[in-house]
Order: sequence, then C-alpha cells, then structure tokens
Amino acid sequence: MMPPLLDVHDLAIGFPGQDVVHGISFHIDAGETLALVGESGCGKSITAFALMRLLPPAARILRGQVLFEGADLLSASPRQMRAVRGKRISLILQEPMTSLNPVLTVGAQIAEVIRQHETLSRSATSRRVLELLDLVGIPEPQRRAGEFPHNFSGGMRQRVMIAMAVACQPRLIIADEPTTALDVTIQAQVLDLLDSLRRQFGMAVLLITHDLGVVAQWADRAAVMYAGRIVEQASVRPFFRHPRHPYARGLLGAAVSEAGTAAEGGHYTTQRLTEIPGSVASAAGEPGCPFAPRCPDMIPACRAAPPGLETVADGWEVACIVATREEVRHVAAVG
Amino acid sequence: MSAVIHQEAPTALLRPARRRHRLVRAILRNPSFLIGLLILLAVIGVAACAGWLFPGDPQDMAGTPTLWPGEDPAFPLGTDSLGRDVASGLAYGARVSLLVGVSAAAIGLAIGTLIGAVSGYFGGWLDNALVRLTELFQTVPTFLLVIVIVAIGQPSAQVIALAIGLAAWPTVARLVRAQFRSLREAEFITAARSLGYGAPRIIFLEILPNAMAPIIVTASVMVANAILTEAGLSFLNMGDPNLVSWGSMIGDGRPLLRTAWFLTALPGGAIALTVLSLNLVGDGLNDVLNPRSGLA
Repeated sequence: MMPPLLDVHDLAIGFPGQDVVHGISFHIDAGETLALVGESGCGKSITAFALMRLLPPAARILRGQVLFEGADLLSASPRQMRAVRGKRISLILQEPMTSLNPVLTVGAQIAEVIRQHETLSRSATSRRVLELLDLVGIPEPQRRAGEFPHNFSGGMRQRVMIAMAVACQPRLIIADEPTTALDVTIQAQVLDLLDSLRRQFGMAVLLITHDLGVVAQWADRAAVMYAGRIVEQASVRPFFRHPRHPYARGLLGAAVSEAGTAAEGGHYTTQRLTEIPGSVASAAGEPGCPFAPRCPDMIPACRAAPPGLETVADGWEVACIVATREEVRHVAAVG
Repeated sequence: MSAVIHQEAPTALLRPARRRHRLVRAILRNPSFLIGLLILLAVIGVAACAGWLFPGDPQDMAGTPTLWPGEDPAFPLGTDSLGRDVASGLAYGARVSLLVGVSAAAIGLAIGTLIGAVSGYFGGWLDNALVRLTELFQTVPTFLLVIVIVAIGQPSAQVIALAIGLAAWPTVARLVRAQFRSLREAEFITAARSLGYGAPRIIFLEILPNAMAPIIVTASVMVANAILTEAGLSFLNMGDPNLVSWGSMIGDGRPLLRTAWFLTALPGGAIALTVLSLNLVGDGLNDVLNPRSGLA
C-alpha cells in the first residue's frame, strides 16, 4: 500500500494561554477528497493554516508532525516551505471578494503564480493563463484576463482563485470553506469544478466545511472535529448511514432532510429540527470528553479523560467510550 | 494542460485597459487639478526652453543695472543691481528649482517607502527600531537639518537635493508604514503567501501598488516643499553659487526692496505659483485616486 500523500500526526496548535487544536491525526491519500467538518471555532481553519505554516503570528504549533510526500513540513525551512506553497499544496480561501489583489489584473495575478514556480517564456505564460481561465469556465478568457477583480462576480472570482490554485498542478488543494460566501447554486458549480479538476489532475483535496450537504456530495471521507479534536473519521457513505459519535449523530439529526419528513407526511419546514443542547463553549475546562456536557449518552467514565480515536471498523475511527463499547457488543452479538 | 489552446496570446492582454480611460475622465472633471497642471506644465516648459529662449549665461551682466520691467524691450522683466537679465534668471531658476525639487522628493520617497514598507510589513523589533529612527529624524527641524548637511558637504545642487531628501523621508515612511500595516492583514496577502511568494515580492508587487495613491499625492506636496526649502537655502546664500535660483534672486534683490521691489516680487511670485500648482495637482490627485471620494 502506498504511503498517504499527507499524514498529520498528533498536531497541536495553541494561542498564548489557550490551546485550540489538541493533537489531531488524519491522513489524505493521493487523489481523494477528505472533508474536515465542524462548527465555527472548532479549529478547522487554523488546522489548514498550520498545514501551510501560515498561522497568525500569535499562534504556535505545539507538537506534532505533518508529513507531506514523506517530508515533515513543520521542520522545513522557510525557503523549502515557499517552494511547497502554491506548487505542491495550494490553498483556496473562504472569501473570494477579498482574496484577489484589487489593483492587479486577473491575468497578471495568475501569471505571477506560474512565474513564481516555473520558468516559462512570456508568451507561454500568457497562453497558460488563458488555458487556465478557460479550464475553470470563464467565458472569453482573452478579454477577461485583462480585467480587474472588481469586474468579476463572487463565483467568477472563486473560479479565478481555483485557476491560481491549480496553475502549477499541485498534489493537494486545501479549500477552506470555498463556497461559504457564495449562493447555493454557484456553490454547486464551484464544487463541481473543483471536483472535476481533482479528477483531471489527480489532486487530493482537503475540503474544510461546516455544510454536511457538501460533505455528502463531494467528499470521499469525512473527519468530524469538535472543540479542537477529531471525534470521528470515516468514509462518507457508511458515515451518513450510521454515524457513531453522539456529536456526529446530533449534527446529522439537526440537518434538514426532506426524505425523512416526507415519509411522515409533513412538509419539512413544518417540523422542528432536533438540536444539540448547550454550546461548544462548555468544552472549555472540561477534563474528560469535550462533548460530555452536551452528550445524551454520557456515562461517568466520560468525565475522566478525553477518549482517543479507536478503530471500530476498517477505516472508521471514533473517539467515544460509549460508541466503542456498543460497537464491541454489536460485533459480539453478530459474531 | 488540456482545454483550448489559444494560438496568439499577446501579453498586452494582461494589462489594464478600461481603467485608464476612466482615470482621464475623472481628471478632466476636476478644474483645480487642471489649473494646477497647466501652471506646472508652463513652468516645466519655461525651464526646458530656458537655453533656447535665453542663450546667454543668466549670470552675465548684460545691461544697465536696475532697469524696470518694460523700460528696455531687450529686458522685458528688467535687470537687477548687477545688470543681469531677470527674465533669463527666472527661466534658469525654474530649472534649478524643479530639478532640486523633483530629485529631493525622489530621494525622500525612495528612502521613506523602503523604510516604511519594511517596518510596516515585518513589524516586531525591526519596526520598533525603524520607528525610533524615523522619530529621531522628525525631532530635528527639517530646515536646520538641511543647513547642517549642506554646511558639511558643498553647496552644490546634488548635495542640496540629497540633504532635502534626507530631511523629508520621515513623512513618507510614516505614511507607507501605516498603509502596509493595514494591508498586510488583507486576505489577498494571505492568499499571496499561500502561493509561495517571498517577502520582497509581496512588498513590492502585491502591497506597494495598493498603497500607491497616497504616496503619489504626498510626492507632489514633497516636491513643493523641496522647492521652498531650496529657495530658503539660496536666500541665505547657502545655495549653489554657480547657479541662479529663485531663492538667490530674492536674496540679491532684498537690499533694493524699497526702490526695485520687482526684483524680489517676480521670483517670489514664481515660487508661489509653482508651489500652488503642485499643491493643486496633489489635491486633484487625492480626489481622483482616493477610492472614497467616489470619483474613480
């Protein structure tokens, strides 16, 4: 079996006086899409920035390893890191309206990426720019290349961002909530585009999102984060059919599902959605499982120590004492 | 890479096209800017044509001393106490004033932009040290600093330009630093860093173009200030003795202020007009380039 493209091991990130990510581990294989799911403030974005070594000045990586193609990015020199960024790993930011330089033309900005990482002649570079614009579905690339970001709509700008991200055909794209700022219809187009480029170039995608619909449609595997920890990691299909961690179950229960309510004869808007009681803030200062204060299945043992990820099935890991015990019982009963 | 291959791909396509047009229109709609620009162009024109309009040396004693303007058609603006042609002096003086003004502003801009950019982008102890240095320069009165530098060196046009530039950079440095401090937090700078760009590239190709508008406006005011400082130096007889400048003409005319006041009034008017035009241009550029003014 091939070693994974990206192997994150026990990564912990902290701000002065507060740790935000408590030793998370996950891996991404070449060509697959891993979705990192969780609510605001659970440490998804900071994890993405840590992988690129672009943390805000106050944040520190406390421990851990980020192996990318076998080399530890956390011990790479700034020069080596610059060669990786944009060339081997690209980042797509959340806010397309402000992620492009307002005073440079779109074409010049894409050309700059190519010039940074490859030696191409001027005409070859601008040919490549036009190809890229065409590839991401921007009509009339010849004309649009000479225009400024403010001439583009949000969806078009995010397409330009994607063009910049794939300009040097990276192995991994980190997309930090790439469609949160866009309309739902545009969202689907942009994610479809990202997905088709992934297949075309054989790239892997780390898709950071809080939208379970996005996960279900575009990801191969999902890792659910809660309060700076990964609580469940599984392939998307079995995960959606039967999530094990109580938090993941709560998330899926809180999502609007037309099929379920239609069967009960009601319109989906007339029915109250289930919710997870409490707020994520209750995880602060919790010595045991961070989800324990809100958990419906809580047992006294949960308060003792934060549970580690345990494998419950092939490629399926859960950090929950109760879920793991149930699994053992389940397996025993079946066996 | 698949997709359509475009055969001709002129690089000109990647450059701005429409914006120029809009900029020109915004300028034309601004009358004070236009007036300033016309005066400035006239001064530049006179300075450029000085050698052709007045072939002789402006320091030559060409005619009878203290001729009033209009008294002798050969000297339309009269002559001074040594019989030098005032019109010729004004034309050659425009040359000196503009040259010293522009080069001093360029030196000040270069130093100020570099220090402000480095200090604002990197922050930390480097920023602290550079801000202290800037403040140190600001505590010394500009004019005194220029006099000291010129006194140490020789009073040549180059040294004077350098001295004025060295005294003027702190204003630019503070402005550029403030711009960089806010722009470095922008999303597109994070995006630029995520594409593997190094610090020099981000400073000069990503942030600096965004900070250009206030820098250009300041530059025009800096030229005006440099012209004033140079005139002040020449008035105090600390200017280049081999060149006629507006300041030295005022200085030479001072003893005759009661009898031949035009000797001070004419170069004084020239200075006032040039400085006014530069300030008008600066204000106009501010209106045009400032996105909040709603014109651009």
